[in-house]
This record gives sequence, C-alpha cells and structure tokens, in this order.
Amino acid sequence: MSLTSQLPALQVVVPMLTAPMVMLLRGSSLAWAAATAASVMAFCIAIALTLGVHDAGVLTYAMGGWPAPFGIELRIDAFNVLLLLITTGASSVALLSGRFSLARDLPEDRQPLFYAAWMVALTGLSGIAVTGDAFNVFVFMEISSLAGYILVAAGPDRRALTATIKYLVMGTIGATFYLIGVGLVYMMTGTLNFADMEVRLAEVTDRAPILLAAGFITVGLALKAAVFPLHFWLPNAYHHAPHMVTVFLAACATKVALYVLLRFDFVVFQGNLVGHMAQYAGFLAPLAILGILVGSAIAVVEGHLKRLLAYSSVAQIGYILLGASFGDMAGLSAAFTHMFNHALAKGGLFLVLAAFALRTSGLRLRDVAGLAHRMPLTCAALLILGASLVGIPGTAGFISKWLLLSAAFQQGPLGMVAVVVVVLSSLAAVVYVWKIVEQLYFGEPEDVSDKAATRTQASPFKSEAPAMLLLGIWVVALANIYFGLFPGFTVSLSESAAAGLMSHLP
Amino acid sequence: MEILGLYNYWVFVVLLMIGLYAVIAKPNLMKKLLGLSIFQAAVFLLYITMDKVDGGTAPIIQPGAVDQLYSNPLPQVLILTAIVVGISTIALGLAVVVRIFEAYGTIEDDEIQQADTRE
Repeated sequence: MSLTSQLPALQVVVPMLTAPMVMLLRGSSLAWAAATAASVMAFCIAIALTLGVHDAGVLTYAMGGWPAPFGIELRIDAFNVLLLLITTGASSVALLSGRFSLARDLPEDRQPLFYAAWMVALTGLSGIAVTGDAFNVFVFMEISSLAGYILVAAGPDRRALTATIKYLVMGTIGATFYLIGVGLVYMMTGTLNFADMEVRLAEVTDRAPILLAAGFITVGLALKAAVFPLHFWLPNAYHHAPHMVTVFLAACATKVALYVLLRFDFVVFQGNLVGHMAQYAGFLAPLAILGILVGSAIAVVEGHLKRLLAYSSVAQIGYILLGASFGDMAGLSAAFTHMFNHALAKGGLFLVLAAFALRTSGLRLRDVAGLAHRMPLTCAALLILGASLVGIPGTAGFISKWLLLSAAFQQGPLGMVAVVVVVLSSLAAVVYVWKIVEQLYFGEPEDVSDKAATRTQASPFKSEAPAMLLLGIWVVALANIYFGLFPGFTVSLSESAAAGLMSHLP
Repeated sequence: MEILGLYNYWVFVVLLMIGLYAVIAKPNLMKKLLGLSIFQAAVFLLYITMDKVDGGTAPIIQPGAVDQLYSNPLPQVLILTAIVVGISTIALGLAVVVRIFEAYGTIEDDEIQQADTRE
C-alpha cells in the first residue's frame, strides 16, 4: 500500500489533526504557521488527487478497510477534485496572505483558537468533497458549518454576532432538511452510499417518499447554498465576518453545498424519478434567473463594498445554478467552470477589500475615494479581478460566461430568456464594478488635509498593502488572466465532471 | 386505522412544524433556539421510528437464539451522531446568544435590529 492510495483520506485527516495541535500552540505566529502549512499541504494533496483522477478516472478508498456499501466509501472523480482545488486553494491563499488582516481583526490570545476553527472548517469542506456517503456528507456539512459560525462570529463588530445567529439558524434548518431527505431515502433503500442508492432505488416501487426526499434535500441544500430567495443570511455573514474569513467562505462554502445538491440530484434522483428533470429544471431555473436579477440590482445600489460583492455572489450563484438547470452536458460544464472562475474572481476581490480595510477607516464607497493614488498596485489588481467578474475577454470570467451563453443558445426559446438575463446582469456588473473603480481612481478623498494622505501623496507606494497580502492578490489576479487565456485545464476538468454526472441520466 | 397506525410519523410532522413555527415567528433568540431544538428532535424521532421492525428485539446476538428478529441498529447509530451534532449546534447558538446579550443588552430580535439600524 503506497502513500498515494491514502491521499483521499489524508485530504481530510491532515487539517483535522492539525486543528487540535493548533489549539494547543500558544502564540499566534506559531498557530498561523502550522495552520498555513497544513492548508498548503492539503492543497498539494488536492493537486496530487487531480493528477490521479486525470490518469485513473475515479479514485475510491474504503474507510477502515470496510468495502462499500457497508463502510464509508471515499470516492473522488473530476467534480470532487474541482471542489477540492477551490476549497484548499482558497484556504491556502487566504491564510498565506491574511496574517496582518487577521491579526488586526482578532485579539492575540484568541488567534490560536481561531486558526483551529479554520482548520475544522477546512476539514468539513474537504470532507464533503471526498465522501461518497450521504450521511457522512451531513456530518461533514455540520462540522464545516459549526466551524464557519465560529469564524463569522470572530468579526470585529458586534453585528457579527447577529449575523452569526441568523446564519446558524438558517444553516441548521437547511442541514436538518437534508437529514430528513437522507432518512426518507434510507427508509426506502436501506443504504447510504450514493452509488448504491442509485442501484437500489430502481427496485423501489413506491416513489412518493423518494419524491418527498428530493424536495427536502433540494430545499435544504438550496438554503445552505444561498440560492435566491433563501440567501438572506449571506450578505450579513459575509459583511461582518473578518475579511479573510469572507475570502475563504465566499470562494467555497456555498459552492460545496451546490456540489452536494447536484451530486445527489444527478446520481440518485435523475435516473430513478420519472419526469424529474423537468421538475428540477422548472424549480431551479426561475430561482436562478430571479437570483441573478435581484442580486445584481441590489449590488448596483449598494454603498458598502463588502455587501456589494456579497450580493454579487448571490447573482453568481444564480449563474452556476442556471447552467446546471439546463441539465445537459454544455450547461453543466459551464456551471462547473463558473464555480472555479467565480471562486478565483470573488476570492481575489475580497482579498483586495481586506487590503483596503487595512489602510482606510471603513469599506463604504466614500471611504475608498482616491485610494488608487495611495495603493496603485492593489487597485490595478482590482481592475483585473473586476474585469474577470464582469466577464471581459482575456479573463477567466469571460470563459465561463461564454460557455454559459453557448449552452443557453442550445436551449431554444427558454434559453433566449437566459441569454437576455445573463447579458443584463453582466451590464449590471459593469455598473457596480465601475462604481468602485470610479471612486478609487477619480474620487476625491473627503478629508484632503488628512496627515496620512498628504504624507503618502509624496511617495505613492508607502501605504500599499503588506507584501504577503499584495503578493496573494496579484497571484490570484494573474491566475484570473492565466485561466482566461489558457482555459484548457478548467474546461477539460469541468467537462469530465459534467460527463461523470451525465452518465447517470437514463 | 392506517392513519392512526402511523402516529409516530404524525408526531414527527407536528413536532417539526412546531419547531419551525417557533424559529420563524418568535422574536426572542432563546425561543428561536428552543424551536430549533424541537425541530431537530422531530427528525430524531423519524430515524428512531424507521429502525423498528415489528416483533424485533434489541440487536444483540445471544447464544442459542436462532431465527431471532432484530430491529435495525444502523439508524440508531446515525441519529446518535445527529444528536451530537444537534447538541453542538444548540450549545454554540446559546454561546452566541450570551455574547449578543453582553453586546446589545437584549435578546429580542426586533430590538437588536433597531439598535443596528441606529448605528
């Protein structure tokens, strides 16, 4: 047994074992270093798994040596590694570049505990992405959510607490709905393994409980994924969390829930429920379209940068869902590519906001006026990331919007509605990104006689973000350009992920 | 008679709805968490119900007992895990409510919102 075959388990075990260790470490620097090292190691494991999946197709791992469906099976295909790359990558970038930002948001003695919670959140999110067992997904989902509530509650403002309790209540309802759904499926099939469920469901004659289960699971996970109109917890949670937590959660938390939704739906239900595709598309497509429109519209009028990007996330979740609701190869691969590209763009933008927050008194539009003169490099990166969010050719965002539009064109008249919506929302994105850029480059700082402003006027690079943060921002910004010019990797990964799901359709 | 025979499921549904109602309708955060707890307890009952086999006994293999009918132990194990998850969630929620009380001086949702909008 070589070490390579243990990688699926190590993906979860590494952050899990780091968590208690980090908690015992005293001194924030050591804790940060240990957490970052574990996160980077998890990212390396994810890369190794990606290579493994590229060669072997599907990797399976029987936990504790018990063969599936009796034991818990870890099962990794292209869709899983896509998620793992997003999750571990976002965590690594946020930790690597977030030292100063986190040190400012948190008291020194709380930091080891905070990093421990971060590791637990990473454990949960990677756990969801590796497991092939429906109940195991629930446990990992709650592990990641509980840790996520702690991370959000660590926000500097007391409003972080109210955001947390809202997030906690909504998240728990979502997870409990999922649990009811899994229970109903278990009642009818006697198994918890996704692949086994698919096989055994074919023998079940009474489909009413299964239909009910599909409803519970879809609604519960839509709540977790902040699908419109179940998104109300999201803007508050993103707004009041520490900036680096927002980077981490915005890049992956909702996408992991969407992953479970799609995995469950395609593997278990699509092949076994008659007419399920029509119900599924009929339910999700309108929500996706409304989410895109409402999210973009609110982002246009929103005056606080973090909330603006949070509402933009609601719209972007809509894009992913819209692609997935087409239910064909092109739509699914567009959705998966967008998961990856949106994580890159939005994660980068929240990193930029974290950099701004270190140098300004707040993150309202008027607080960042004229900041481009003081932080030219950071603002230049924001231009690239913003372009990627809008979908300007040459950036990663363009690739996924292009795929989404070409998938929509194949859908007939309904697809045309989707095209119009995507174009409208892209225009809205131009407006809200421009709103930020205009303030940064052409806005007049309110208090020009401010000592700091005059001092930095002389040497414009003085108040740039700390080197590590700036480096992180630029790595992400350049990755946006790289994956925009050479989309081969993301697109082929997404296509094999989509093919994996499509193979379950009758 | 069939309806009455399924009374476990009715209790499940009624508890679920009571819990959900409390979470949505009560402005007091403590009551919200109580509702959440009832909501989760309902699901525990669903799982416990489904493992019962008519005439089945506790799933412990005894020497000499052949053709013994056992209840399914797996859902009990599952729900044990879910109970632990539920306890942790409520504990965390209560901790957050304590911090909210320290920060705002109230745990009424509407008063907290008023305090937030004043800022």
